[in-house]
Amino acid sequence: MGTQIKDVVIKDDAPNALILDKHADYIAAYGSKKDDYEYTVSEYLRMSGIYWGLTVMDLMSQLPRMNCEEITEFIKSCQHECGGISASIGHDPHLLYTLSAVQILSLYDNVQALDVDKVVEYIKALQQEDGSFAGDKWGEIDTRFSFCAVATLALLGRLDAIDVDKAVEFVLSCMNFDGGFGCRPGSESHAGQIYCCTGFLSLTSQLHRLNADLLGWWLCERQLPSGGLNGRPEKLPDVCYSWWVLASLKIIGRIHWIDKAKLRAFILACQDEETGGFADRPGDMVDPFHTLFGVAGLSLLGEEQVKPVNPVLCMPEDVLRRIGLEPELLS
Amino acid sequence: MSGLEASSNEALELKEEKDFDVELEGNSDFDYRHDPFEYLFYRDRKEWSDLAPVPQDDGPNPVVKIAYSEKFTDVFDYFRALLKNDEKSERAFTLTAEAIELNAANYTVWHYRRVLLQALEKDLRQEMRYITAIIEEQPKNYQVWHHRRMVVEWLSDPSEELEFIADILSQDAKNYHAWQHRQWVIQEYKLWDSELEFVERLLEEDVRNNSAWNQRHFVISHTTGYSDPAILDREVQYCLCQIRKAPHNESVWNYLKGILQDRGLSSHPGLLERVLELKETQCSPYLLAFLVDSYEDSLESNNTRATLNQAQEVCALLAQVKDTIRREYWLFLGRSLESKYGPTAAPQADAADQQEPS
Repeated sequence: MGTQIKDVVIKDDAPNALILDKHADYIAAYGSKKDDYEYTVSEYLRMSGIYWGLTVMDLMSQLPRMNCEEITEFIKSCQHECGGISASIGHDPHLLYTLSAVQILSLYDNVQALDVDKVVEYIKALQQEDGSFAGDKWGEIDTRFSFCAVATLALLGRLDAIDVDKAVEFVLSCMNFDGGFGCRPGSESHAGQIYCCTGFLSLTSQLHRLNADLLGWWLCERQLPSGGLNGRPEKLPDVCYSWWVLASLKIIGRIHWIDKAKLRAFILACQDEETGGFADRPGDMVDPFHTLFGVAGLSLLGEEQVKPVNPVLCMPEDVLRRIGLEPELLS
Repeated sequence: MSGLEASSNEALELKEEKDFDVELEGNSDFDYRHDPFEYLFYRDRKEWSDLAPVPQDDGPNPVVKIAYSEKFTDVFDYFRALLKNDEKSERAFTLTAEAIELNAANYTVWHYRRVLLQALEKDLRQEMRYITAIIEEQPKNYQVWHHRRMVVEWLSDPSEELEFIADILSQDAKNYHAWQHRQWVIQEYKLWDSELEFVERLLEEDVRNNSAWNQRHFVISHTTGYSDPAILDREVQYCLCQIRKAPHNESVWNYLKGILQDRGLSSHPGLLERVLELKETQCSPYLLAFLVDSYEDSLESNNTRATLNQAQEVCALLAQVKDTIRREYWLFLGRSLESKYGPTAAPQADAADQQEPS
């Protein structure tokens, strides 16, 4: 009985070698092109865009090509009175962009450029009674924000500022019957949310609360015949899941459960040989987001040309070593 | 992570002029909006001349001028000006709609619109019509759904929600945002009654819809629960029926395992036999995986070499033939079974000792 499996087919002429120089050139030039409409409309996430660009450049040992001083000044002007940081100037503060800002400044070893105490205060105020975190004052609750909160505080060495036990209880209440996690209790398991929750449990040293075999199996089930990974059953593969799924597997010590060679081939096929950068799947348009996660995924697979990446924080391992942050991993 | 936000957005295209049913009370902008050939930039409108537009501050952006659409620049220059002056007016409110149309993912615009909704005491029913139209256009965006939730909360009126979400799901039955909103509405306002029926309808349309299976679990867990043996059996039979119709279906097997795992997969009378029957005609890697899990569960209470061999055989079949991409997992499982239940295994502790505190 033939069944159509939802997947892509990688063409024979798809890229199969890593063209790191092209990716570095793509990122270095991003935002300076005349016709970049995409850059303009993504102002609402600029801080994360900068984090993606800088992190992938650092992983490729190309960070010096970016403008540290300008970026630092930009970040400073994005910190609001409440302590939170916005995506860009003239935008409202949000946990997502607070994390990105602290990640960027950690790359530059300059978190002191911010009022750190105020950042901590901002995050603390977003924790709800049930332990969950709102993304901002408007109250959207999501396990992504639990991750953002503890990741930011861990980078600042201030995890003690929140009620960690309650935060853990909330995240665990989002564990589903299949071992995965969604955005709120009852939400469908989704690889992106699973990454946030396993990352959260790593940072709070609670990985033992997971059913690692069950979750590991659900995660390795994301691999499709093309070698690519999807985010939940019956969905198409996307290179960003090479990060969300792979990093989660690494954190729970089961990365060897996926077929690495096939995944690597899929990731490489997502490159654009003309423009540089990675797209969500072979043949599509590239962007910095997928470029970071393609390169980071390759790093997790052991790519020698790329620096080792930390699976919890998606930052170069050497940066975390310098900070003295070593989130727990299962073996 | 905001990356998850980006990945769920549709391509950010410049939207054509769209008519949506919003009354613009005596606002002369109305004429400009609806006739694209007469569209006037804000910088050219007399009634906006008191405001100094604020250009985009790109931060670390080289001095090269970027050629964005003129309309986008114009609208957002004026949006920034309104923000800077903290202006709370009708014209500001109208402009937020234009800004949203150009970039519905800009969360600051949505914040501002909510502030204005409250400050100007706007008609929230009208706002419901507005957000309905926006979500229909851009259903994969966190901000639009969160905005709708806020309006529903302010109105304390969920009466349109189930039908609206059903409509969105009819366009994409797996829209993650839509399902979250649906779960919130149902839980908050206790609208459980017809939900199982709704789930069954969706599963009729696509039995592989993982979101629908998740919703099935959600509804039953929060209503009858699974502890009643009649309910559990009903669910098991339902699963078997769906498996017969479409054997290659990860979701149904995950669900079946999910509802049985606390009790033990091998505890349900007659299930193993049915699965072995299905193996002959409607096999799949998922069926085989379930079989291994079943054998493992029965080994817990009755460790026999025969059962262990059966489990090992299936693991080997999966590793070598049926699911080679996950070879490493199946080999791991085989080794793990051997070490737990094989001749060299340590004596098993009492099953009760091995349970984690819940």
